[in-house]
Amino acid sequence: MVPLHLDFSLPLRAFDVALALDVGAETFALVGPSGAGKTSVLRAVAGLARPARGRIACAADVWFDSERGVDVRPEDRSVGYVFQEYALFPHLTVEQNVTFGGGRGDRLLWRLRIEHLAKTKPGELSGGERQRVAIARALARGPRVLLLDEPMAALDPHTRGAVRAELHDLLRELALPALLVTHDFEDAAALADRVGVLADGKLRQVGTPADLLGAPADPFVARLAGANVLSGVAARTASGLTGVLLDAGPTIFAADPGSGRTDVVVYPWDVSLAHEAPDDSALNHVRDEIVSLTPLGNRARVRLKLLTAEVTTASLERLRLQPGDQVVASFKATQARLLSRT
Amino acid sequence: MRAAFGVFLAVATAVALAFLVLPVVAIFVQVPPSDLLHALGKDVTRDALVVSLKTSAIAHAAVLVFGTPAAWLLARKRFPGRGLVLALVELPLVLPPAVAGIALLATFGRAGLLGDELNALGIQIPFTQTAVVLAVAFVESPFYLRGAIAAFEAVDTSLLDAARTLGASPARVFARVGLPLAAGGLGAASALALARGLGEFGATIIFAGSLQGVTQTLPLAIYAQFEADFDTALAISALFILVGALLLVALKLYPWFRFISISRSRFAPST
Repeated sequence: MVPLHLDFSLPLRAFDVALALDVGAETFALVGPSGAGKTSVLRAVAGLARPARGRIACAADVWFDSERGVDVRPEDRSVGYVFQEYALFPHLTVEQNVTFGGGRGDRLLWRLRIEHLAKTKPGELSGGERQRVAIARALARGPRVLLLDEPMAALDPHTRGAVRAELHDLLRELALPALLVTHDFEDAAALADRVGVLADGKLRQVGTPADLLGAPADPFVARLAGANVLSGVAARTASGLTGVLLDAGPTIFAADPGSGRTDVVVYPWDVSLAHEAPDDSALNHVRDEIVSLTPLGNRARVRLKLLTAEVTTASLERLRLQPGDQVVASFKATQARLLSRT
Repeated sequence: MRAAFGVFLAVATAVALAFLVLPVVAIFVQVPPSDLLHALGKDVTRDALVVSLKTSAIAHAAVLVFGTPAAWLLARKRFPGRGLVLALVELPLVLPPAVAGIALLATFGRAGLLGDELNALGIQIPFTQTAVVLAVAFVESPFYLRGAIAAFEAVDTSLLDAARTLGASPARVFARVGLPLAAGGLGAASALALARGLGEFGATIIFAGSLQGVTQTLPLAIYAQFEADFDTALAISALFILVGALLLVALKLYPWFRFISISRSRFAPST
């Protein structure tokens, strides 16, 4: 029996959220741009939004079934919900928040390392502390399903990495079906066993983070996963590779077969930068101008006119790269994946 | 040019303030405090005070008991015709009190809408203390409802959703989350409504009359006394000003009290 079974359609103003999904004792991330209907999925599972039709079941318990007229009230579903911005009760202390639904909070406060904050009000907590209180509160009633709405969004970049690692460990330890919503593919890949890409209320692709990175179903999924998507026309070359004449000018070589209108997917972390075209095994060398540099911890995102590269800050300093510089971006033919348009 | 405008603003403000403050000052200047205290001891004043306190207390309790859940429902539920209902709630605000009195007579009077039913039950409302309570409740309830709806609407919906997912029934969500978070706004609305109810005149004199010891409230006593005994009228007026000032000060101080309670918890020992 699948721990969490969803198959429903929920009308929103602009479109219907319609998806069929089975979530085991795993963390499943729904990723998509804002307004894709991600939160509506969580609300439907929690009973806060009522689908037009379909079925939502937790193991043998049916929570919603339009055909049988079943719609269990939110307070009677066994759901732990971590709301966006956490929705902590501002008039109650941390301990009162955690025990709002009954039970004792000691063990959870200890497990989430917030026991020293028990008598504090949420208004005086940092973002990371608030997140832990929200998770403790969601777990206090021993839920059978955990729902997390953008749990990382309210955190500043400095604490993000550490908090993400902690949340990852906690989710593994709980081994509950957890449905996590995020607009950030990196968060999804770091936290989830499987990822579903949601656009306009429909699932575009479902798979492990590696599946989605290795074989994105379409340009939308590829862009969401952080890839450069370059459009052009593909043709087979004499060497057995595929040559893609990009709309922007240069020709790219790819190992994948393809012909006609094609999108080339290149991940920023596969692109290396140099002042002159290096004499190496990479087949693709594109001369381009640096538009901007954005530091990301020990790496930096270098935006060129054609594509974006991700290099270490050490390399950046060694090459003394500045916006406006002419550089050569290199990547192998096997790192250029083709998405043929059908 | 700029200087001239500055002077104009200052003069306009001075005129407005003088116009508002002078009559209030006049009440206290006209009669020495000892005479005021003496006038407050008179039967007519004491009777009116008892009638006012009793009717206001009952009316205000009823407004709170029925108005608070009604405001919660109107603030949280979206239904067709909600805008119309909200407009109807506020209608008494823009009615002259005399119209309210006539409307109440037309409803509860002997020949009124519910007249036959009330007669059959042997109940007579006009010109009784019950009529005072109804008149006071009628004019003050829109003040409370308006403020209470706004206070409940200001409560973050996700907090109410969170409470539901934590197993709270709708009644518990109301009691544990909605009510405490709206408490400040509810208190302010309640104080404003209470002040309006205590000052009620027009609807009461038409619907309940002005019988000393039965339906004569403090404002009606001022009206009854101002020709016969101007000092008593002045004394009751002074009493009103003091009560009004106290209510306003309490309202202004409320955020300050909240500030104290928050800053205190910051230094509370954590265990």
